[in-house]
Amino acid sequence: MDLILEGIKKAFFLIFTLDAEVLGITLLSLKVSGLATLISMVVGISAGTTAALSRFPGRQLVVSLINTGMALPPVVVGLFVTIFLWRNGPLGFLEILYTPTAIILAQAVIATPIVTGITLAAIQNLPANLRLQILSLGATRIQMVWMLVKEARLPLLAAVMAGFGGVISEVGASIMVGGNIRGYSRVLTTATVMETGRGNFDVAIALSVILMLLAFTVNAILTQIQQRERLR
Amino acid sequence: MSPGENPAILLKAEGLQVRRGGALVLDIPVLDIFPDQILALIGPNGAGKSTLLLALACLLKPARGRFSFNGRVIDAGRGDVEYRRRVALVFQEPLLFDATVFDNVAAGLKIRGTGREEIVRTVPAYLERFGIAHLARRSARKLSGGEAQRTSLARAFVTKPEIVFLDEPFSSLDPPTREALIGDFEKILRETRTTAVVATHDQTEALRLADRIAVMNGGRIAQIGPVAEVMNRPADGFVASFVGVETVLPGHVLRISDGVFTAAVEGGEIEAVGHVRTGEGILCCIRPEHVTLSTNAPPPGTSARNVFSGRIRTITPLGLFHRVRLDCGFDLTAYVTRQSFETLSLEEGKSVIASFKATAVHVIPRQT
Repeated sequence: MDLILEGIKKAFFLIFTLDAEVLGITLLSLKVSGLATLISMVVGISAGTTAALSRFPGRQLVVSLINTGMALPPVVVGLFVTIFLWRNGPLGFLEILYTPTAIILAQAVIATPIVTGITLAAIQNLPANLRLQILSLGATRIQMVWMLVKEARLPLLAAVMAGFGGVISEVGASIMVGGNIRGYSRVLTTATVMETGRGNFDVAIALSVILMLLAFTVNAILTQIQQRERLR
Repeated sequence: MSPGENPAILLKAEGLQVRRGGALVLDIPVLDIFPDQILALIGPNGAGKSTLLLALACLLKPARGRFSFNGRVIDAGRGDVEYRRRVALVFQEPLLFDATVFDNVAAGLKIRGTGREEIVRTVPAYLERFGIAHLARRSARKLSGGEAQRTSLARAFVTKPEIVFLDEPFSSLDPPTREALIGDFEKILRETRTTAVVATHDQTEALRLADRIAVMNGGRIAQIGPVAEVMNRPADGFVASFVGVETVLPGHVLRISDGVFTAAVEGGEIEAVGHVRTGEGILCCIRPEHVTLSTNAPPPGTSARNVFSGRIRTITPLGLFHRVRLDCGFDLTAYVTRQSFETLSLEEGKSVIASFKATAVHVIPRQT
């Protein structure tokens, strides 16, 4: 019991004194997961909207693959991103393995199917005739797609929340492609795994509390926007 | 084309065919839309009314077909943005955006790149016209059915379309809301002189709004023509069964006394009951089963106020009764039982007396 109490005490001390290492790890986590989410937003919303609005042979298969991708295990992503970025792998020339960039890449691969899948469902859930209604108002195809995305903005916000939630708490891929290098590619989750392994429960608890606060804050902000939109 | 119709053609569709899963769902050899006229498409569900509207609005790609708009050939598909910006379509469901009423009505203008200043100048007039000015700042999600449909109509009209296509725009509304909206809508259509094509399965709505009626069945137009012509002279059995073979006489109210009014129709005067104003344009509809025939005077004891002498034009046996078409100065159709038919020894060319009660006349108000 003491172990936990001591841990919590130390944790809050580290947080409130803005411990340099903890702060560095936190900022890197935010940057990496934020960028990964941004990439997944651009790719996922475009891909989800395209899949929702197009009719082509094999579409059903593509939709199934997207939905499967939503449950992609991070370690599997970690494994394949590592293989691709390995010195003599297809993308080895980029020389980004064990860098924050590699983590961003892996996390974007994890978040993209989540954003794509939710976007697909959101666009498909809009009234069937809305597309025709927008076109009948004189819209070009691009204007029509943009207006549909705007109409689905609330579920799309949920997609972004789910994507960010998925990658900020992910550990497998980050440790595999980032290498958990101190002061360079160490993020909240990888650091927590390492500190726990070393028996440094106080630091691990501090990192966990920050991780939870981060996830909570980001989601609270997005929820706030979502609720305000709904009440308007 | 019958006399009195505008000879100019605003939109012409030729050889229009739409296929769905290989099956032909729409087959229209030719359809002309005349300017400033309202064409009603009536027919049962699945007759192809909505498909025709979507094809005319260039929102679906037909298997084949050629459209010309104001004499210019247009791309029958979604490609012709310029054409789509000159017409508008209103669906049965309002399909509003998750925005304020004002922003919804402004949507078409924004799409056209209209400046903010002009939007602010134009939109309020249309909000006013459709009776939703007080709702301008309200979220479209918080509107009643009638308010939402008014917003949808205002959104279509604000772009000053040359043709408005309407797909059963009133059918999801409750009767009082619907009555009020149809009245306003009719007024706006006449005021703005907008050409319109309205799909409806409600005959009264069609009679009230339309200059011409097209009766559709199985993806084809069974009959098209001026309202009275389609109603009084159905081209085939389907049209007759769908429109109910009523005598429909356009006219106007001459005078009102004691709750009964006299209307002037082409070739005579008719007495009827209804809430009307002197001078008001109306359609008088008389169902054939309400018309009684006799050979000399009206049957004794009848209280019929409308008595006309006429000549029998055609007789069609329909099993238990005969359908008798008369020329009384206007066309009048009557159903006669087989027994009466024999007693009266009716035959084509014979003179008879036709009578019907003032209460048998179904009156539809109509702006002229």
